[in-house]
Amino acid sequence: MSAWWSYRPEDLLMFSSRVYERLFVLHNQALWPAQPLALALGAGLCLVLLRPTAGRLRLVALLLAAAWGFVAWAFLWQRYAPINWGIRYVVPLFALQAGLLLVLGGRRGGLALPSGSGASRGLGLGLAGYAVFLHPLTAVALGRGLAGAEVFALAPDPLAIATLGLAAMVRPARHGWALLVVPALWCLFSAATLSLLDGPAAWPPLLAVAIAVAARLMAPG
Amino acid sequence: MASEPHALTRRQLLGGLLALAAGAALPPCSAVAEPGDILTRRVPATGEALPLVGLGSWITFNVGDDPLLLASCTAVMAAFFAGGGRMIDSSPMYGSSQATIGHGLAELDAAERVYAADKVWTSRPAEGPAQIEASRRDWGLPRFDLLQVHNLLAWEENLATLQAMRAAGEVRHVGITTSHGRRHAALERILREADLDFVQLTYNIVDREAERRLLPLARERGIGVIANRPFQQKRLIRRLEGKPLPDWAAELGAATWAQFILKFIVSHPAVSCAIPATTRVDHVRENLAAAREPLPDAALRRRMADYVHRL
Ligand SMILES: NC(=O)c1ccc[n+]([C@@H]2O[C@H](COP(=O)([O-])OP(=O)(O)OC[C@H]3O[C@@H](n4cnc5c(N)ncnc54)[C@H](OP(=O)(O)O)[C@@H]3O)[C@@H](O)[C@H]2O)c1
Repeated sequence: MSAWWSYRPEDLLMFSSRVYERLFVLHNQALWPAQPLALALGAGLCLVLLRPTAGRLRLVALLLAAAWGFVAWAFLWQRYAPINWGIRYVVPLFALQAGLLLVLGGRRGGLALPSGSGASRGLGLGLAGYAVFLHPLTAVALGRGLAGAEVFALAPDPLAIATLGLAAMVRPARHGWALLVVPALWCLFSAATLSLLDGPAAWPPLLAVAIAVAARLMAPG
Repeated sequence: MASEPHALTRRQLLGGLLALAAGAALPPCSAVAEPGDILTRRVPATGEALPLVGLGSWITFNVGDDPLLLASCTAVMAAFFAGGGRMIDSSPMYGSSQATIGHGLAELDAAERVYAADKVWTSRPAEGPAQIEASRRDWGLPRFDLLQVHNLLAWEENLATLQAMRAAGEVRHVGITTSHGRRHAALERILREADLDFVQLTYNIVDREAERRLLPLARERGIGVIANRPFQQKRLIRRLEGKPLPDWAAELGAATWAQFILKFIVSHPAVSCAIPATTRVDHVRENLAAAREPLPDAALRRRMADYVHRL
């Protein structure tokens, strides 16, 4: 019985749900009053996705790049890695995503949004809107209270879901796909963790990946 | 190969002498009463008496630097020491658990009280000493009582490191661990060949594979046995909860399923101690209380296992 398949998924989980919840409570306490600012930035992101211009889109890409860098440092490295050594290997991926957003989105003409209201546009906007305005409330729905809310640009899940929203609809398609990989991998990892911790919380990141991939496939090249 | 088959004879002899010097009329594997009624069993290699119930730290003590949760782990440790407990087991694999233990030991001024059991966990044996040193700093102790090769990982080289440390007086005991019944054939070979003070493996009232070969072999070789996952990380307790304890559990002094299981484990004459992990003060007390008289004899142990099997 020495093989890897003798491990159950829960054997790989090295912390309890109580500790996971407290990560967000302490993170929010340490960063307050950054939350309203983050919400305002998130609202700005949604507005830009509604009424994009080349300049605004560049700004959004830069903002997202900064957020990926910040979350990698302030949340993953400082808080999450001490209780989950696997996170060490995730931090470079977050840095890669920040780099991709800078390189693909930060330069003139790097990213574009198709005009009109296609299905992919609607789904992408829906993901971004959910990430900014609704995802923090899942903490309340799960009985953790707002103190443990996961806020866009401060916590990884809503950041990844919002980025999936952007990646689902931008042109050219190859840039969209490139921007989708890391957030999708994170959401799958997060969904796996949450399913072991408290079941229902796993659905939002999992569905976000499915929706983003579907939207990307529907998006015009 | 890191084994020293001949060195064992000398160590066993030394252990026997120490046991005699300690006035132990009982054989190394018999349970003896200590102040506070916590039963202890002697470490075969040195004759040192250790309480039959210790404390694990996988998941339960991995709380980061959260002051609230650190305080609650310290409370668990305080209750553990107050109840007569000594062995705490950890590993560099357990996230921040080692630092949590170090925090608790400092708060409770319990460096003298604890029997510190940690592990080396690396597939790059050259990194072993640095890892052990980092662990030692986390615990805040001058040295460990026991260092074990975690999950047989690069065991020959890592065990050689630990044996060299023991020879230099940098650790008192060395051992090797596995769990979930994994790699028992390899472990059997290691128990036969290597110079070990302890082996840690999964043993409880339903995971009894170790009874066939490993426990008798450990006893024969004078190697102490630490039983991990006594409650299958609580799955076993959840399975039994709601089912009735037998009437005769009261005669055993087992008021709960946790105590019933622990009494079964620690009454095996080869077992040095079980190391349940917990986040709760009431549970640590309940677990320690299982290490009191009476303990079941062989016939009663069979009856206990049959009863659980039928459930
Ligand atoms: N390969 C290895 O070296 C290896 C592998 C596995 C384990 N280990 C060691 O062995 C230790 C024990 O194994 P484990 O932690 O996996 O599992 P365990 O001790 O079998 O189970 C721990 C769980 O049991 C619950 N519990 C403890 N006392 C209880 C009681 N009186 N009543 C009800 N529930 C109780 C705890 O929950 P509460 O917090 O609610 O009490 C905890 O969730 C580990 O912590 C670790 O130190 C080593």
